Amino acid sequence: MPVKVIIPTPLRVFAAKRDSAEFPAASVGEALNKLTTEFGELRKHLYTDDGKLRSFVNVYVNDEDIRYLGKEETPVKDGDIVSIVPSIAGGRS
Amino acid sequence: MATKTQTVGANAKFTNLSNEEILRYSRHLIMPEVGMDGQLKLKNAKVLLIGTGGLGAPLGLYLAAAGVGKLGLVDFDVVDSTNLQRQVTFGAQDVGTPKTLAAKNRLSSLNSDIEIETYETKLESGNALELFKDYDFIVDGTDNFPTRYLVNDACILLGKQNVYGSIFRFEGQATVFGAPDGPCYRCLYPEPPPPGLVPSCAEGGVLGVLPGIIGSIQAMETIKLIIGRGDSLAGRLLLFDALGMKFRELKLRKNPDCPVCGKNPTITKLIDYYEFCGVRGEEAPASDVQVPEITPRELKSRLDRGDDLFILDVREPHEYQICNLNGHLIPLGDLTRRAHELDTSKEIVAHCRSGKRSAEAVDFLRKAGFRKILNLKGGILAWSDEVDPSVPKY
Repeated sequence: MPVKVIIPTPLRVFAAKRDSAEFPAASVGEALNKLTTEFGELRKHLYTDDGKLRSFVNVYVNDEDIRYLGKEETPVKDGDIVSIVPSIAGGRS
Repeated sequence: MATKTQTVGANAKFTNLSNEEILRYSRHLIMPEVGMDGQLKLKNAKVLLIGTGGLGAPLGLYLAAAGVGKLGLVDFDVVDSTNLQRQVTFGAQDVGTPKTLAAKNRLSSLNSDIEIETYETKLESGNALELFKDYDFIVDGTDNFPTRYLVNDACILLGKQNVYGSIFRFEGQATVFGAPDGPCYRCLYPEPPPPGLVPSCAEGGVLGVLPGIIGSIQAMETIKLIIGRGDSLAGRLLLFDALGMKFRELKLRKNPDCPVCGKNPTITKLIDYYEFCGVRGEEAPASDVQVPEITPRELKSRLDRGDDLFILDVREPHEYQICNLNGHLIPLGDLTRRAHELDTSKEIVAHCRSGKRSAEAVDFLRKAGFRKILNLKGGILAWSDEVDPSVPKY
């Protein structure tokens, strides 16, 4: 069973409207790389021009923030859920 | 709750309930988790709601109904008819009325025992600390990144907890920031997205019930904080997906290097949040591209005299169903793939709802070699205003 990457609502438009995708991967970085290879338009929303994860996009393995694990090198195993959680601001208008 | 400013009832003004209040709040009073002690804490509590819109509606209604003694309402907007789909404090008769006033009328009719203070103003770095200082808890129900960061920083500087909720289309987030030793908004997101990279709510839409659910969660968290019961969402980010009807929870950690709540803060006073978020003014993303334009009236007269113009509509198919100008539909997101459907030799006028997406389309197509292409200024909204009022606005 591969790793499941959950694509948040604001980014689904760049991922053929999919809400998740599954990839065999050994690390978070590998899973995200496969995701942004399959959905090229997602790349600029997740990564800066020099290839760093953008600071308004958080990535979690299960319920843990990868910033406090091994960042993109965080190992993942089959069945893990990788969540992309961007900041959203709506509510008043 | 640890810090002094967050203790409700430390200098309790009210020490008893009237017989009418005892009857009104009886379903609280018979619960040991609330009881007389909790209800008095509610009566002595002061809560400031930032925004009286989608999230503010259930917040205001439930907090007023629960007997929170003082509610402050901050908003500068006026009720319009597109609000009624989700902002359930307002009725059709309120269209055109300032939101704070309409909300105050509604909440006063629900509970005349409580004090409601309205601030018909835009929350800014210059007034935030003064507005916040007399309140026990701040509830963030706003709709833009600059205000989110401003509310966060002001709460941290004043040592107040911030009950946070935000929504996008059919997805919501809720948590409590600024709890003693808990994380803040900047621990979660050190920086906002650059303008234009994440679609705004006005572009993306929102399912009407969603703010009801997230705002109700914020109301529940606020009441729990006031009565000092249960486990608050501090340190946890609650994610709600309405389509999948799933709640998930992620761990939020306090960032020791956080610029505002970390060990060595670099932000010790409020800053310019529009500059920080890269926006100048409310709805004017700095990334707006400059492209050749045509006004709706010019377009109308050119069509009337029989000019051979190709109308390109870059909205989504479901928007085309609402109204259209008989244009050729290629959604902006599909343009890269489908540009071959367009004839470079023909003169093209691109349009969308407001002119923003079509400006991007024109910019893209010009770079792809199209020379005779114009953007319809103001989009189909302006067309409706200036040329054909029978075209509905949405």
